Amino acid sequence: MIPALRRYARALARDADIADDLVQDTLVRALRSERLFLGGDVRSWLYTILTNLNKNRRRSLARRPQFMPLLENNPDASGTEAEGRDIARALSTLVEEQRAVLLLVMLEGLSYREVADIQGVPIGTVMSRLARARAHVKASLEGERPALRRVK
Amino acid sequence: MTDPKIPVTEDELHAYVDNELPAERRGDVEAWLATHPEDAERVQSWRAMAEALHARYDSVANESVPRRLELDRLMQPPRKWVYGAIAASLLAFIAGGGTGWLVHGAAATPSTFQAFTADALDAHRLYVVEVRHPVEVPGSERTHLQQWLTKRCGWDVFAPELGSTGLKLVGGRLLPGPTGPASFLMYESASGERFTVYTAKASTETAQMRYTTQDRNGAKDGALFWADRGVGYVVSGTSDRDRLAQVARLVYDQTEKKGG
Repeated sequence: MIPALRRYARALARDADIADDLVQDTLVRALRSERLFLGGDVRSWLYTILTNLNKNRRRSLARRPQFMPLLENNPDASGTEAEGRDIARALSTLVEEQRAVLLLVMLEGLSYREVADIQGVPIGTVMSRLARARAHVKASLEGERPALRRVK
Repeated sequence: MTDPKIPVTEDELHAYVDNELPAERRGDVEAWLATHPEDAERVQSWRAMAEALHARYDSVANESVPRRLELDRLMQPPRKWVYGAIAASLLAFIAGGGTGWLVHGAAATPSTFQAFTADALDAHRLYVVEVRHPVEVPGSERTHLQQWLTKRCGWDVFAPELGSTGLKLVGGRLLPGPTGPASFLMYESASGERFTVYTAKASTETAQMRYTTQDRNGAKDGALFWADRGVGYVVSGTSDRDRLAQVARLVYDQTEKKGG
C-alpha cells in the first residue's frame, strides 16, 4: 500500500520530498485514528486522507509564489523522459480536484464510486471532472509535442 | 452489428475505458467506435494517457520505501496516544456521569460492540453460577493456562494479576467466539464475587471503553468493552460502575504493558 500511496503522492504533488511528507503525514494520521476508522476500505481511506492533506497544503501555499522545478526544463532528456516530462507538465496545469480524479482513476485504478467517496461528491461530479481533466491533458500534450501525437 | 440503437454518450466512452460500463453495453460501444473514428481516436488517446502516467510514475512504486515511512518508525507515538485515549475514557467513566461515554465508538460500530459484549455476558452468566466446574484449567496452573489459550486463540492471552482488588484467578476455558476461539478467564474474591475477562478477535477498533448493563432474572450484570490491536476485551461482573472500572483498569494496564 505504501508504494502505491507514494506513487499517487508524487504525481499529485510533483515533488519527491513534498510527496513523501504527504505520505508520512497520511500514515501518522491513519495510525493515530485507526480506532476511529468507521470500517470500509482501508485503501480508499488512506487515499482520502492524502487527498485532503494535499488540499490543505495547497491552500496554505496559495498565497506564496510558485517555483517551477528546474529539472523539468532539461532539454537533453531522451524520448521517454521527455514524454514523462510532458505528462507531468500537463498534470500541473490541471486544477486540484481534476488532477486528483484523473490520478485516482487512471493511475491508481479506483472506481468512480470510490473516488466520489474520497472527494465527498456525487459520481456525476467525478465523471465531469474526469472528462474535463482528460480533455485538458489531451490538448496540453498535443499542443506541446505534436510530433509525439499518436495516430491509429 | 451496425450502429447501436441508442447513441453512445461521452460519459459512456469514459466509463468504457475505465471498465465502469455495464457489460451489456460494451458491445454497443465497440460497434459505435468502429463507425465513429473521432470517438475511437479519443478513446485511444485516453489509453495512451494512462500508459504515459504509468510509464512516468510506476517507478516510484518500485523504489524502496524510505526509512522514515516504515511503519515501525511511525508506530511508536500513535500507540502512546491510543493508550491515552482508552485510559482517559476509563478515567472519565470512573469520574462518573459517563456523559458522552458512547459518543465515539458506539456510534461507529454499535452492532459489533453489542454483539461481542452480549457473547461475553452470556458466557459470564453461564459460568459464574458454576460451583464445581466453572473452568477447564484451574488458576493454580496459570502458566499452562496462558500458554494453552495463547496457542489456541492465536494472540497473546495473558491472565492479569488482580490481587490488589481482592480478586484471585479461578482459572479459564476456551470458548467459541464470534469469529473463532475466545478465551475466558474467571476471578473470584474472598466473598465469592466473580468477574470474568473475555477476549476474542474483534474487527472493530475503538479509542474508548464502553459500558453496558444487562438485567436477567433479577440479576444485573455490568460489562466494559474495549478493543486493542485486533483483540476485543470484555470485563464482566458487577453493575457497580466504580468496582467494575477498578477491575477493568487493572486488566487494561497489564495487557497493554504486556502486548507489543
